[in-house]
Amino acid sequence: MARITASVYTSHVPAIGVAMDLGRTETPYYAPLFAGYRPAREWMADNTPDVVVLVFNDHANAFSLEMVPTFALGMSARYEPADEGWGARPVPPVVGHPALSAHIAHSVIREDFDLTLVNDMPVDHGCTVPLSIMFGQPDAWPCRVVPLVVNVVQYPVPSGRRCLELGKAIRRAVERFDEDLDVQVWGTGGMSHQLQGPRAGLINQEWDNEFLDRMINDPEGQAAVEHVEYVREAGSEGIELVMWLVARGAMADLAGGGAPTEVHRFYHVPASNTAAGQLILEDAPD
Amino acid sequence: MAEQYVGPPYRYQKRSTMALDKPYLDVPGTTVFDTDQAAKGYHLNQFAMSLMRAENRERFKADPDACLDECPMTGEQKQAVRDRDFNRMIELGGNIYFLAKIGATDGLDYVQIVSSMTENDADAHTEMMLNGGRSPDGNRYLHEWQHERERD
Ligand SMILES: [Fe+2]
Repeated sequence: MARITASVYTSHVPAIGVAMDLGRTETPYYAPLFAGYRPAREWMADNTPDVVVLVFNDHANAFSLEMVPTFALGMSARYEPADEGWGARPVPPVVGHPALSAHIAHSVIREDFDLTLVNDMPVDHGCTVPLSIMFGQPDAWPCRVVPLVVNVVQYPVPSGRRCLELGKAIRRAVERFDEDLDVQVWGTGGMSHQLQGPRAGLINQEWDNEFLDRMINDPEGQAAVEHVEYVREAGSEGIELVMWLVARGAMADLAGGGAPTEVHRFYHVPASNTAAGQLILEDAPD
Repeated sequence: MAEQYVGPPYRYQKRSTMALDKPYLDVPGTTVFDTDQAAKGYHLNQFAMSLMRAENRERFKADPDACLDECPMTGEQKQAVRDRDFNRMIELGGNIYFLAKIGATDGLDYVQIVSSMTENDADAHTEMMLNGGRSPDGNRYLHEWQHERERD
């Protein structure tokens, strides 16, 4: 049977991908950021999963305003990196796992989560930058990916509570999948940042670090936090952090099991306009 | 009850709605992109999205007026695009992830696009970010900025 082995949390700032694509990771600006990522990459090299359920938001690349799905699950065998206006990133295509996608869709939709199922979509920096951060620059990504795309761009956006509950349902689905697979759930986006208006550039280190604490110790409490607090405290684009709750919901402690083990935690300001955070939680053994 | 601009395909129809709860209107210097903004900015954002294709970027660079004239956005929106006034585009219903493609066509990165909406140029903005970014203190509530203005 398939099992959840860990959850990974990371910002997905486009400039981080650009820095890697252009070989700028050792510049004075980026060296501290990539030094902070090193332990995560080393852990990942020893703990590469078969499949990642990768939770991110589309940034007006796969979906225009013609359609704004709240939760969209990729069903494909392959997803191409999007041209977001600067040309597509020079990274490998993302290889999907259609059978696991179909299984998750059947399982969670029957548990009342009304997912939109997407058979054909490109993936933007929300998906490819976390892969670059965790795996570097291989010729092919070392695992398959099931993309879960969350609308955090056009309000109304889903609540933290809904995201956490969806993560719990994904865990139940994965555990019923009849193939021997190690599965990780990645929650991406954030941390505090604002990309618009005269308040742009907002960073709230204190709030971000409390968020990291609560992701470890009090996810149910964090799930009750209203959107307006994210906007006010963590910037208009800081709302992306609700997506971390999907990954946290997939951990055993929220299904009656043991607490996860924190194997890595890192926080750095700035990455472009953004505070970059990273966290790895290993699931409790059965 | 307020009359509201309604997005496509009912662009010219006026409708009445009960006021929705929008606590985020109280955050200064910030426009939350909600369904009302999306309705106002539909054609502006769809235009920006067309710039995902390299041939459309080339065409827009070669003849911006022809591209804008083909698009059913308002005159104010077209002028804001011509002026590259990102604050104005956002006020008129634009969303940064769509609008960034206009900046990308000009060869700008996110720091250049984002800083253009603030009191800083790109270098000063980068410096501010290196020093920890804009503090939330004094930047949480509209009334904090109104006091600021009265003092000036
Ligand atoms: Fe994002």
